[in-house]
Amino acid sequence: MSSHSNAHVAHHFENAEQQRQSAQLGMWIFLVTEVMFFGGLFAAYTIYRSLYPEAWVVGSHLLSIKLGGFNTAVLLASSLTMAMAVHAAQTDKQKASANWIILTMLLGFVFLGVKVVEYAGKIDHHLVPGPHFFVDPMAELAKLEAAGIQVGQHLRHAFEGANPNHIQLFYSLYFAMTGMHAVHMIIGAGIMLWLLVNTRKGVYSSQYFNPVEVSGLYWHFVDIVWIFLFPMLYLIGRH
Amino acid sequence: MSAADTQLAAGDPPKHYLNNGLTIRSWLLSVDHKRIAILYLISLTIFFLLGGAAAALFRMDLVTPEADVLQSETYNKLFTMHGIVMIFFFLVPSIPAVMGNFLVPVMIGAKDVAFPRLNLLSWYVFMTGGLIALGAIIMGGVDTGWTFYTPYSSMYANSHVILAVAGAFIAGFSSIMTGLNFIVTIQKMRAPGLTWFRLPLFIWAMYATSLVVILGTPVVAITLVMIFVERFFGFGIFDPALGGDPVLFQHLFWFYSHPAVYIMILPSMGVVSEIISCFSRRRLYGYTFVAFSSLAIAVIGFFVWGHHMFVSSQSVYAGLVFSFLTFFVAIPTAIKMLNWVMTMYKGSVSFETPMLYAYGFLGLFVIGGLTGLFLSTMATDIHLHDTYFVVAHFHYVMVGGGVMGFLGALHFWWPKIIGKLYPEGWAKFAAIVIFIGFNLTFMPQFQMGYHGMPRRYHTYAEEFQVFHVMSTAGATVLGAGYLIMAAYLFWSLFKGKKASANPWDARGLEWETASPPPTENFLETPKVTQDAYAYDMPSVTCPPGAKSEAERV
Amino acid sequence: MNSVYSLLPEQASTVAGQVDAIYLFLVAISVFFTLLLAGLVLVFGIKYRRREGAPAPERPHEDSSLELIGGGILLVLVLVLFGWGAKVFFHSTRPPADAMEILVTGKQWMWKLQHPQGKREINTLHIPAGRPIQLTMTSEDVIHSFFIPAFRVKQDVLPGRYTRLWFEATKPGKYRLFCTEYCGTEHSMMGGWVNVLTPADYERWLVDSGGAAVASETPVQAGERLFTQLGCQTCHNPGSGQLGPHLAGVYGHTVKLADGTEVVADDEYLRESILNSQAKIVAGFQPVMPVFKGIVNEDQLLQLIAYIKSLSGGASN
Ligand code: HEA
Ligand code: HEA
Ligand code: HEC
Ligand code: CUA
Ligand SMILES: [Cu+2]
Repeated sequence: MSSHSNAHVAHHFENAEQQRQSAQLGMWIFLVTEVMFFGGLFAAYTIYRSLYPEAWVVGSHLLSIKLGGFNTAVLLASSLTMAMAVHAAQTDKQKASANWIILTMLLGFVFLGVKVVEYAGKIDHHLVPGPHFFVDPMAELAKLEAAGIQVGQHLRHAFEGANPNHIQLFYSLYFAMTGMHAVHMIIGAGIMLWLLVNTRKGVYSSQYFNPVEVSGLYWHFVDIVWIFLFPMLYLIGRH
Repeated sequence: MSAADTQLAAGDPPKHYLNNGLTIRSWLLSVDHKRIAILYLISLTIFFLLGGAAAALFRMDLVTPEADVLQSETYNKLFTMHGIVMIFFFLVPSIPAVMGNFLVPVMIGAKDVAFPRLNLLSWYVFMTGGLIALGAIIMGGVDTGWTFYTPYSSMYANSHVILAVAGAFIAGFSSIMTGLNFIVTIQKMRAPGLTWFRLPLFIWAMYATSLVVILGTPVVAITLVMIFVERFFGFGIFDPALGGDPVLFQHLFWFYSHPAVYIMILPSMGVVSEIISCFSRRRLYGYTFVAFSSLAIAVIGFFVWGHHMFVSSQSVYAGLVFSFLTFFVAIPTAIKMLNWVMTMYKGSVSFETPMLYAYGFLGLFVIGGLTGLFLSTMATDIHLHDTYFVVAHFHYVMVGGGVMGFLGALHFWWPKIIGKLYPEGWAKFAAIVIFIGFNLTFMPQFQMGYHGMPRRYHTYAEEFQVFHVMSTAGATVLGAGYLIMAAYLFWSLFKGKKASANPWDARGLEWETASPPPTENFLETPKVTQDAYAYDMPSVTCPPGAKSEAERV
Repeated sequence: MNSVYSLLPEQASTVAGQVDAIYLFLVAISVFFTLLLAGLVLVFGIKYRRREGAPAPERPHEDSSLELIGGGILLVLVLVLFGWGAKVFFHSTRPPADAMEILVTGKQWMWKLQHPQGKREINTLHIPAGRPIQLTMTSEDVIHSFFIPAFRVKQDVLPGRYTRLWFEATKPGKYRLFCTEYCGTEHSMMGGWVNVLTPADYERWLVDSGGAAVASETPVQAGERLFTQLGCQTCHNPGSGQLGPHLAGVYGHTVKLADGTEVVADDEYLRESILNSQAKIVAGFQPVMPVFKGIVNEDQLLQLIAYIKSLSGGASN
């Protein structure tokens, strides 16, 4: 009675439907663990932000909103291409699916490349926590003013009140959070490569596309994490 | 006709997971959940002996108040290793990774867990974590205590904290893989007819445990990552010099590590439910209550972590909430005790070894649990925090509860797993030795704790010596008990009598297949038509009224 | 004095009795439930033990009344415990306004205490009985915890932050003081005594060694006293002697350092070794010696050096 006719059903499953549901549930549970994982960092972020709001204002002003915004767009685009890849795999368009996967991977690399540029900038400006960390909020304020940016009363107070040590704390969290996210992106790129190879080999079909589907879930999740990180690190505290 | 009968009828030498390929390779690359369970059993035994040997060494040193056998640094490294090994590499994985891996698919009539390769990977990940942690010990040890409190661990300890942290971190992923596997397996792969409320309570316990694992473990993982970046890159996340908050670390740590105590006890409770029901020949009293209370404990258990921090400078009001919720989760646990006792009432009770362990569990866990109340009462915890009272409390719950449950499970399902019977006389003897040794070791620690003996003390005030001597004497007896057990179980591997499919005349799918089970557990997928624990109905494999096999031996 | 064999340890503060009352209540509850449980399982085990040919037991009824009743009773019980415990907790964490303030600094591995009159001491705290005392505490390095069992009080001591602890001792005597938060190698040695004096004795003690007595000491004697008071002898005593090098015979001789170089132990070297021990580490030792900069003033430093010199026989000056 068990439907061993389908070659893609592993020996221990009764049928393809059971296998598909298991794969999906498994990935969702995995994503729950990821939420809890990043949740620890978010908790640390929230607590320190409420303790040292000025430092957070200064910290986020020293991040490049242009690069961050660009990366947000890149990731949103990659979510779209990923969705297309899944759709193509489900509808037996394996060639198209492979192309969408390549595109997704490329967008991922663009994101990581921009991240490298950002990190390099931080290193240049001694914003990497540790013995070489150095920040002078007043000098940064002067730079903002020199660049012709309207500095309101609020902002001025923040810059005047911020303790460099607390700004360092901000950057510790910035690197921990974006670093963990980048690690997830790198793993994601690896998964894309694996999908690509299998797609080219013709492993997937409208009968069997679980790996593409659940990898898609993973990719979207990593994007969503960034959708949280971007405002938390770059936006909140501006103005 | 059940699978087991079919097989017996066929007459040819039964093929099962133990004799299906004998090379090391066939074991190390097997994705059969039963083989993976055995791999875990072997590794965990080694870790337990290591952790026990560390305890033996430092207990020896504690015989006198001065430092004689060990140096302070060595002492500190030993209890740290003892705690890390016993918790992360023994008790947390114990019942889930060994008994759960073996039994979950069999008990629900599945051929394997949902993701067999992930399951094998989990063992490799576990071993990697374990070896890295051992590496830390061999390279000179870690002296932070198993709690890794900052800033000592992140900035001051001059030991291999990074390695130990990495080991615990990696081992965490193996827990997550196992937990994820169980949830999906239990939810999606139950045999036809096996509804949620026909599941054995052991399965409910595994499900609840897995929930705790997947929600809690990632948080301790990220916390360990934060220590790692602090130590390795010099980032200050908990560094007070930067305005960082070392107490935040404690919050994050206990957010996992309190729920982790339920990871350690819920499986044992599941085991005890199976055993008491079987040896009272009666369906468990209040099945639904016990099933749901596991879930309740798992969920509420996430909101009580602050009871480890009453004197840490957390706010008084936070303390109030944590204290209250701690009492609140104690109640479902207490009522489970009632359920187990009421199962025996008007039952038909017999005392084979697993039942002795269940008795041991009841007697010791009740003391451990009740002394937990001393610690959740804020006024008394101020005095008792970080004294030997706490040490005694957690050994009563973890060893008296967790380990007793594990040993009970080991004896209950040994015939099923190995296909051999162990010598009942020796087993009973060892169980009694363990019970006596355990009490002698840890009972005196309550008294010295209330009299102010702090924990993690290499040298101590001379008035406590009497209790320490008693404690060390007890540990010797306890160790002897464990060794006797190891000896006869090992002996039974080769010389034990062959076990039938259902030596205890128990109910449940695992008893309806051969001992040991064939490669895909059942020759054909079983159909379930009964509730669990239908002891008032005849068993499929054992004629009604027949005496259990062990009794006849 | 209560011995360790009596149920309760010595009660020497105003809250001790209150804590012990809860403790006794808890012990009573625990004994009751443990005996109840043990009694039930034994009775059921015997009364319903398996008998030959008896019919299979009936299955239990599925209703939750027993659980609900039991749960209700326990809920009341734990509410009592919670309320009572919280009340005493509030009391023992709120110092009265008129408490006498003593400053406490914890560091690996000693307690430094300073009285309001400026008098300092290490690892021993003298206080008057019958007067509320508030400790204001901080740590120079890791987390420690200040614990006086006879007073039933304890509080963690954190770096970069002040925590408070208060108590009122009820009777003169000598009580143990422990560090109960694990803080590294010598955690178990980080303790001492609380000496509770009568108010009159306390006043006398305050002025006692503060003025005239010190002046009559020679620098070497004063140095020796400091050597004990500052806890130097815990590491440099020839008896315990594993942690720090023996100081006898050091002065004027060459010392091998951990980085392979050698120095001659002159006054400057001793000064640096005491003030900032991390600067030059003696070969074969861990850099565990606390930095005494800010703890010993220049006068004391001179006295200490004089004492160390005297150990080498050639008492100069
Ligand atoms: C298996 C592990 C396990 C389990 C199950 C428990 C169960 C409980 N624990 Fe324990 N605990 C630990 C493992 C565990 N603990 C460890 C490892 C530590 C120390 C970690 C460290 O610092 O290194 C610790 C520390 C610890 C503390 C912190 C102490 C301190 O450091 O100051 C507290 C405080 O509230 C506490 C409370 C409790 C309570 C209330 C329960 C309850 O769940 C118990 C419930 C059970 C019962 C209550 C018994 C049965 C009831 C009856 C027979 C009826 C009567 C009942 C009532 C009147 C309610 N535990
Ligand atoms: C599952 C968890 C678990 C288990 C099973 C045990 C088992 C034991 N524990 Fe453990 N213990 C912890 C978890 C556990 N412990 C934790 C988490 C801590 C806190 C650590 C910290 O503070 O960071 C702790 C701390 C702790 C302390 C406090 C140390 C201190 O604060 O200074 C003590 C003291 O007596 C102790 C004793 C024992 C003893 C005697 C056993 C016995 O049950 C062990 C018996 C087993 C054996 C004896 C092994 C048998 C093997 C042999 C006999 C081979 C012999 C070989 C040689 C001697 C070379 N433990
Ligand atoms: C916690 C232990 C500890 C305490 C307390 C301590 N020392 Fe040391 N001391 C050491 C160690 C370890 C060394 C060797 C490593 C080093 O140089 O830092 C040392 C080195 C020294 C040296 C250099 C010795 C040499 O052989 O060159 C002097 C002098 C010294 N200590 C004096 C003192 C004095 C004076 C005090 C008290 C005010 C004191 N120490 C307290 C541990 C301690
Ligand atoms: Cu200071 Cu322990
Ligand atoms: Cu807890």
